[in-house]
Amino acid sequence: MDWFYELWPKLGEAFRGWLESALPDSIEGWVIYLVLGLLSMLVIVNLPIVGVMAMIYMERRLLGRFQNRLGPNRVGPFGILQPVADAIKIMTKEDIVPNGVDRIVFNIAPIVMLTPILLMFAVIPYGGDTFLTNLNVGILFIVAITAVDTIAIFMAGWSSNNKYALFGAMRAVAQLVSYEIPLLIAILGVVVITGTMNLNEIVAHQSSLPLILFQPLGFVIFFVAISAELNRSPFDLLEADSEIIAGFHTEYSGMKFGMFQLAEFAALMGYSAVIATLYLSGWEGPGLPGYLWLFVKVFFIFGIFVWTRATLPRLRIDQVMALAWKFLLPLSFLNVAITAVEVVVWENGLPEWLIPVNIVIGAGLVAIMHRGLNFQGQTRQVVPSGPERLAAINRPVGGGTE
Amino acid sequence: MVKTNGDAKLTLKTEEVMVNIGPQHPSTHGVFRMRVTFDGEVVTELEPIFGYLHRGSEKLAEERTYTQVITLTDRLDYLASMSNNLAYVLAAEKLAGIQPPERAMYIRVIMAELMRIASHCMGLGFFINDLGALATPLMYMFREREKILDLFELVCGARITFSYMRIGGVSGDLPEEFMPALVKFINEMPGYIDEYEALLRENEILISRTKDIAILTAEKAINASVTGPMLRASGVPWDLRKSDPYEVYDRFDFDIPVGSTGDTYDRFLVRLEEMRESVLIVKQAMEQIPSGPFRALAPALIHPPVGEAYAHVEAPKGELGFYLVSDNSIAPYRCKIRAPSFINLTVLRDLIIGWKLADLVVIFGSFDINMGEVDR
Amino acid sequence: MTTQLDVEKLSKQIQQQFPDAVQDAQGDYILLKSDYLADVARYCHDTPALALHFLSSVTGVDYIDYFELVYHLVSFEHNHSIVLKTRAYGREDPHVPSLTGIWQGATLQEREVYDLMGIRFTGHPYLKRIFLWDTFQGHPHRKDFTGA
Repeated sequence: MDWFYELWPKLGEAFRGWLESALPDSIEGWVIYLVLGLLSMLVIVNLPIVGVMAMIYMERRLLGRFQNRLGPNRVGPFGILQPVADAIKIMTKEDIVPNGVDRIVFNIAPIVMLTPILLMFAVIPYGGDTFLTNLNVGILFIVAITAVDTIAIFMAGWSSNNKYALFGAMRAVAQLVSYEIPLLIAILGVVVITGTMNLNEIVAHQSSLPLILFQPLGFVIFFVAISAELNRSPFDLLEADSEIIAGFHTEYSGMKFGMFQLAEFAALMGYSAVIATLYLSGWEGPGLPGYLWLFVKVFFIFGIFVWTRATLPRLRIDQVMALAWKFLLPLSFLNVAITAVEVVVWENGLPEWLIPVNIVIGAGLVAIMHRGLNFQGQTRQVVPSGPERLAAINRPVGGGTE
Repeated sequence: MVKTNGDAKLTLKTEEVMVNIGPQHPSTHGVFRMRVTFDGEVVTELEPIFGYLHRGSEKLAEERTYTQVITLTDRLDYLASMSNNLAYVLAAEKLAGIQPPERAMYIRVIMAELMRIASHCMGLGFFINDLGALATPLMYMFREREKILDLFELVCGARITFSYMRIGGVSGDLPEEFMPALVKFINEMPGYIDEYEALLRENEILISRTKDIAILTAEKAINASVTGPMLRASGVPWDLRKSDPYEVYDRFDFDIPVGSTGDTYDRFLVRLEEMRESVLIVKQAMEQIPSGPFRALAPALIHPPVGEAYAHVEAPKGELGFYLVSDNSIAPYRCKIRAPSFINLTVLRDLIIGWKLADLVVIFGSFDINMGEVDR
Repeated sequence: MTTQLDVEKLSKQIQQQFPDAVQDAQGDYILLKSDYLADVARYCHDTPALALHFLSSVTGVDYIDYFELVYHLVSFEHNHSIVLKTRAYGREDPHVPSLTGIWQGATLQEREVYDLMGIRFTGHPYLKRIFLWDTFQGHPHRKDFTGA
């Protein structure tokens, strides 16, 4: 049973022992650690890729259920091989680089998009002693490194030389930068309570009760902001298919498009893990080993993302911005202030009766702020119009025949 | 930064972008094309460009006998073929002076109203789809449309291009399985409409995206020849089924839902309510339908006397009219189609200018056009 | 039920305003001289007793000798309708006045007639081909059209 509960440390230990006995003595000790480190990295890099396949399958099946249809069910039993078929299809497709694109930027944008997302998995704790690195500013690292994606999206949109892609890129810059702020300040609430940015310690802090109970408002803000950061519905303006085709990746095909998809789903998986770690006591849980508990939670949170995607229509860009600046930002400041007061008053840990109080305060604040949020404030913009303008943008008006 | 002359306000120099929306765009409902100029996200100019699906139906009709033209009308608004059939056969009957039997008229009314439900299902579904709700409501509305298409398949064997109606009646009587199936469907349908309403009507995002957006005033709607749900959403209770009853519509008791402001939300609600009224009409028609012949004794090859006739029906998209001119030959001399989708687009530019790109697709979706009918 | 306006009575009314505008009035339509079309249409639109605010359709018919333009007008207030007709002569450059100044609904329909029938509407703000491309030769709804 020990093997089951501590699979990864024991595996590493066993492999190290095997390496030490198999390699000649003349090999120095650091080489063994290098090989082990590289192997762990390989596992961690492949984790999101394999995970994404599971998530794509899950998303398509779940969406099918939400939409009163079956979803993919032809490839393999229950269609579980559908992601494999998709992957083969996408890798064998022709890689088209349209004329007139900025070739260098166009080609590196998918890489810039994917790399930070993979780095994110290095600091997530998968169990008591299962992690790649124990970084003391773990959560800051994650937020900082994933912010690079904004640049990747803008690179892709700009270099495509396509107006739809440019629309997507401009929306991306506005939206992603705006939502970074409430996101960070919501995280601050957790950091104030736990007193650390180390993800392992944040999980350790939640061994008795998950933090969502003490941070209900923070959790809501974080969830909304992260939906926008990951451009999930209702904030999927970057690639709003009914408006701007596919947004910033309109011109991409083949594996470059696949890398965007991969990055998107990997980010979703990574941030689901972050939500689980920050608010739902991470890998902690009864019965199952930590790494399994984490994935149960990740897929549960992912299910909520799919649910919102299947249910909600899309917001408009000005509404998205209003939501960030007029609703989430003040709420997140209030959340930090209330949390700080609570932590100062109860220095030796928050009492349990604060849980219902916090929920009531959070719900009350949301209700009050919601009243002030007027989406309908946006009115029609007055633009100069008339036959002169129409004539100006068109070819000469034809009179007579031909 | 450049200084604007006049006031000392500093503004960023911006450039307008011209974008072709369509003919291959996911939310132009076919092959419609709009040449749009954007200032940032705001639409500053728009020109609709038609013709990508122009098949010359009116010209083709001049080369076909009166009965053969029915198949052409199927292909106009292919989401509401029954209504097109009805409008055409009414015009041809008026021209030739043929009176269809009572039973045929009831059958036609039932078909036209079922068609309206199916067409509005599609209209609303794609409208919500344009709003960005993935395809979830659309899929649920497809479910009901499937049931209606099954009913149509029972009576005429086809699911899209029915050609069910004939000059002087319908092509065949209702099969005996039809009525039980119809009763079952009509009893289920109000529940489904309630479901749509519960899911959509109070949805905050839907309201914030559609309320007070693209208001079409009643005066403007009338002046621009807008008809159908769009006109009624602007508060004009003009429905040909009430104001100029054709067939047996004067025997039914139903309401005309009208909107209050004429915004996008009202256009959505009017269509939703119309589905309810259609269910009511079908219910009454089912109770009243007499037995008897389903088709008048009319020759297959009619030679209407020299003259002209205009007949119109309230199709799901608006007033669908056929203007036929006869020269006493077997084919119409002229067959003009008053296509509601096409004429409703007159106000497209005026409604969209000044709104944002995201509103553009939603406003356009609320027109509920069908390219087969726009380009003909 | 939408009632047909009494053609005789209406044509007399029009005659009083515009002495020789009416060329013929029979059945359910009034045939106007094309020079007077815009004036009569404006009269029909503005007179409260007529209040024909709704232009249902604009149709062009090719009778070889002349082109006939058919306008279906409806009044929502009084629930009555009338058909106005006018003729355009000549096959080279037939033209009639545009009604876009009175009914916005005429804009697209007149463009359609111009495109397919080749009748020019003088005063139309944006008269260009609508269904066919700009370089298309001929007008397919004419009876003598043989294909491009």
